[in-house]
Amino acid sequence: MEPLDRYRPIIDDFEAFIDACERPLPSAIRVNTIKATVERVRTALADADIAYDPVDWHDGLFVLPEDSPGANWPYFHGWIHGQEEVSVIPATVLDPQPGERVWDACAAPGSKTTQLAALMEDTGEVVATDNNLGRISALRTNTERLGATTVAVTHEDGRNHSLKPFDGEGYDRALVDVPCSCEGTIRKNPDTLEDWSLSHVEGISGVQKGILKRAVEVTEPGGTVVYSTCTFAPEENEAVLDYVLDEVACEIVDYDLPLNHAPGITDWEDESFDPSVADAKRIYPHHNDTGGFFCAKLEVPAE
Amino acid sequence: MSDQSTEFTRLPETNEERDDPERATREEVLDFWADRFGVPSETFEGYTFWERGAGKLWLYQGSPPSPVDIEGLGMTFLRTRQEHWKPTLEAVQRFGEHASQNVIHLDEDAARAFVAGEDHELDWDGDWGYLVVTHDLAGAAEPVGVGLYVYGELRSQVPKGRRRDV
Repeated sequence: MEPLDRYRPIIDDFEAFIDACERPLPSAIRVNTIKATVERVRTALADADIAYDPVDWHDGLFVLPEDSPGANWPYFHGWIHGQEEVSVIPATVLDPQPGERVWDACAAPGSKTTQLAALMEDTGEVVATDNNLGRISALRTNTERLGATTVAVTHEDGRNHSLKPFDGEGYDRALVDVPCSCEGTIRKNPDTLEDWSLSHVEGISGVQKGILKRAVEVTEPGGTVVYSTCTFAPEENEAVLDYVLDEVACEIVDYDLPLNHAPGITDWEDESFDPSVADAKRIYPHHNDTGGFFCAKLEVPAE
Repeated sequence: MSDQSTEFTRLPETNEERDDPERATREEVLDFWADRFGVPSETFEGYTFWERGAGKLWLYQGSPPSPVDIEGLGMTFLRTRQEHWKPTLEAVQRFGEHASQNVIHLDEDAARAFVAGEDHELDWDGDWGYLVVTHDLAGAAEPVGVGLYVYGELRSQVPKGRRRDV
């Protein structure tokens, strides 16, 4: 847990935070409404004697206290998808509407991509990008199992995303759930912090800045961009937002999040950030007994 | 063109519009689903059909310019350019509820064996060939995949990567 010590000044009840990080997290599933209803999934889980607990802030999420998703009927039919509670947040905040055009900038393995398609009732278009062919194959497998028919997959670096295959058309919304140092996933993967280094954090923040900037550029005026990570590092969170505010036309906006959270921080070490980064949300493991997460909502000004 | 191709080309609408005589048309695809499984053609209104590599068809809701050079477009849907066209498991799970013929319903044990990839001897009075396989899930029949019925045997066509011991 040593790399997390640096967050002592910004996290309330730090001991409770560390204690929570040391506790494992049970599996969670999201109902895939492209293929099933919440009610039918409940029935199918009950018929299969799989225990499930509701999640109070989201109807279509269940925690499986005794099981992992994967070898049961609802999974085989693509009615459910294993997805951690906090990972459901960014697509919910993006709130895409049926018929819209949406870019998922770092899409593999596709949990959020398929959630976007489901929120859009599998209409419109979700362009799902990843830079790694191996991960793209997982993305395609998940898209197929969940029955999404509106997802187009592209292999490229999100920083250089091309609109050419689709005749230059921009997007109504973009989801930017970037690769990160993953500190918030420690409860799932206890060895996450083994290779932690500040130089990795700083290096990856350059990639994050490039992808978020590209996302704002390809989003139409009046459109929405959501930026998220599963890490606590301000270098990968508020600092990235602060950079993009200076580089391209966008603003950070407030949003409702029905989970306990802390605001984005405006000061870190010897840096201070634009005050609007406080509208981003930090979700800590001890707040809701989940993984850790960071999520900000941005708007591209209307012309 | 090989299966490694990342170029998707949109199917011609009808015979008059096609240059390659081996290539399926949209009309033929709709006829196949209607003739073989009784799936009404209206089911696919709003979808476009694409070929990537030889004979592998994809279904997509949307109309990017053709050809489009990307990694994936909607879902794999139908294998053509062979004597008997074969729907994918994904297509049957998504659209099989509209099928009214060449549908075979399995009991729980047989459905489990099917998903594990096992072949299964059983009597079937209907046509030989590819069938939509269903079983009961959450109180209603639900399409689970594609089976091949020949010589008194239902052969599981569940792809290796999708097989499970449920």
